Amino acid sequence: MDSAVALGTFLQHLINGLTLGAIYGLIAIGYTMVYGIIRMINFAHGEIYMIGAFVGVTGFTLLSAAGVGSVALGLLAVLVVSILFTAAYGWTVERVAYRPLRGAPKLAPLISAIGMSILLQNYVMLTQGARPKPLQPVLVGGLTLWRGENFDLSISYIQLFIMLLTLVLMLGFTQLIQRTPLGRAQRACEQDRTMAALLGINVDRTISLTFVMGASLAAVAGVLVTMYYGVIDFFIGFLAGMKAFTAAVLGGIGSLPGAMLGGVLIGLIEAFFTGYVSGAYKDVAAFSVLILVLVLRPTGLLGRPDIEKV
Amino acid sequence: MASTIIARLPARLRDAALAALLALVLGIPFIGLQTLSTDQGLAIGTRWPWLLAAAAVIFAGRLLFAILADLLAERRRTARAGRSLVSEALAGRLTRGFGIGAALFALTLPFLPFSDRYVLDIGMTALIYILLGMGLNVTVGLAGLLDLGFVAFYAIGAYTFALLSKFFGFGFWLSLPLSGLVAASFGVLLSLPILRLRGDYLAIVTLGFGEITRIILLNWQSLTGGPNGVSGIPRPSLFGLSFDRRPPEGLGSFHEVTGIAFSGEHRLMFLYFVALGLVLVASWGVWRLRHLPIGRSWEALREDEIACRSLGINPTASKVSAYATGAFLGGLAGCFFAARQGFVSPESFTFIESALILAIVVLGGMGSQIGVVIAALFIVLLPEFARDFADYRMLIFGAAMILIMIWRPQGLLSNREPTLRLAGRSAAGDSAAKEATP
Repeated sequence: MDSAVALGTFLQHLINGLTLGAIYGLIAIGYTMVYGIIRMINFAHGEIYMIGAFVGVTGFTLLSAAGVGSVALGLLAVLVVSILFTAAYGWTVERVAYRPLRGAPKLAPLISAIGMSILLQNYVMLTQGARPKPLQPVLVGGLTLWRGENFDLSISYIQLFIMLLTLVLMLGFTQLIQRTPLGRAQRACEQDRTMAALLGINVDRTISLTFVMGASLAAVAGVLVTMYYGVIDFFIGFLAGMKAFTAAVLGGIGSLPGAMLGGVLIGLIEAFFTGYVSGAYKDVAAFSVLILVLVLRPTGLLGRPDIEKV
Repeated sequence: MASTIIARLPARLRDAALAALLALVLGIPFIGLQTLSTDQGLAIGTRWPWLLAAAAVIFAGRLLFAILADLLAERRRTARAGRSLVSEALAGRLTRGFGIGAALFALTLPFLPFSDRYVLDIGMTALIYILLGMGLNVTVGLAGLLDLGFVAFYAIGAYTFALLSKFFGFGFWLSLPLSGLVAASFGVLLSLPILRLRGDYLAIVTLGFGEITRIILLNWQSLTGGPNGVSGIPRPSLFGLSFDRRPPEGLGSFHEVTGIAFSGEHRLMFLYFVALGLVLVASWGVWRLRHLPIGRSWEALREDEIACRSLGINPTASKVSAYATGAFLGGLAGCFFAARQGFVSPESFTFIESALILAIVVLGGMGSQIGVVIAALFIVLLPEFARDFADYRMLIFGAAMILIMIWRPQGLLSNREPTLRLAGRSAAGDSAAKEATP
């Protein structure tokens, strides 16, 4: 029986870790795509995710005030609205803070991004208040997968929803990158921006759309996190952004499957470390694994080595 | 001249109108709508007039900036013909003159009529940031190794002093070099695993190092006191003289020995001079280091690692020494910080500090020591001036960082000139070499 409980605990941590990992993965894609195309760390991406979460909270509150009863309809509406607004923020951030700095020394966009991150954080704090925003649970209940004597293995509907939605988005997104003209343009810009421009690709537009897509996925992650944890504040973007970036680097920055893999790994490390060792040091564990991986494999798990030309 | 600006006006107006429209849309969920916490959970409030006002501000601001930029561009174009380039020698002399002037001003500051507790306090904060900026400038500005976790060395320096004084009763002057050395050892420790990494991988690993340090300080309750930090850190003494009214046992007191009437401000002045001394010694030290082979190898490494290797420079030694030197200065700054506050807690060493220090280095123009001083003053003073807008100051600060980067991406004083060059080279050869470097 003891071994059954141990297995159950293990599976429970696995479920929690996968849920967390799915969210990190969604954010990490934004980092990895932007890095792939313009070689910069979009430091404000965590803030974009936070904005998505806030639009989500506002949307849910509006819906409940308007008395919309249908969970599915409400969820869909909030997701769409959050994606629209957050994508607009993503587009604006690129237009205001990064586009004027194209071709500038390498660290300039990074500093500009840090400035943007500070700006957005304080903007949300000033307009929405510094106190955490609690939200009524949207999706309640769950499935009990296994019933033991003093231990139940369960998966909540929200966890199920997060994993399924992430899976669907990932599949759709891979198709978008592989099959559509936009995806082709993106891959071309990633390889050689000048050459892509010579061949008639509107590079500025492609970069803008990359930011829009990254922000859309971050918005989904934001709404999902709001529903999962039920409380957000203006500071959530920093830690989530940092973990997601860690995930992107762990998987090999610039690689889409890598970002997802990295996200899931970071989520699992966190869940298992919290479950078996200590909750206080879970971030230390995530970063230590990252450092270890980079020492052994400097390009990340799925990254291609950068060839340095003289 | 004015005619082209008027001709461009319709386009600028349209541009500003689009920006305002965008602001109107973006502001809906944040300015227009507001989630309010009530007893029954969240409620929604509306602030549509605010949203309109914000859009109007964006419209005016965008228009003004565009016209200003047009004016400046126009002026630059007409002025280019007649402008003579400031010669390099003159520029060097100007920078040196500014440096000496700034040092003299800093030396006399405590005696100037307007200086009070507030001015000295800000002065000390600025000096700490200058010291930190100089440390990071060695790593990022000279050696070109991006470091987003510099705050870790600052924290390590501060906690080294705090813990040495708590457990072993060490004083400030003994702890100062030890703090620097401990921080430098951590710098070496950090630099070893990341020698193979470059660019952005370096950024994330250093960022992770900074966070790991903070989390350990926060959670190792038995050693660091966790979130409560360490308090009761002794103040520095002047050759064994204390600045307290009643000195601790075994120490004389400054006001009794010198016969100057006791004043709480003396201690502040003394602390200020300690900080100033640290900064002056550090800047002299870094300046000397830049002329040594090791310093020149840093600059060479920044420009081209492969060329360095082929010229027989050991990149490992250069990188490790750059991290160690930067960390040493960070540790000194941390030790002084602990002595000044008398209290340290993990709260003081968050990522935002790393970002600020990096901003100082990049704003100043990577590698420029005077640039670091100017940028540090700017970073410390801007929030002080914006104090009237208390709530908005970080907002303004973030916006200013973006605007300055757009205005001068290379930093206020860009300095990629090598510290030393071969004597006797012709000016023509020089400029040709300059054009060849990207």
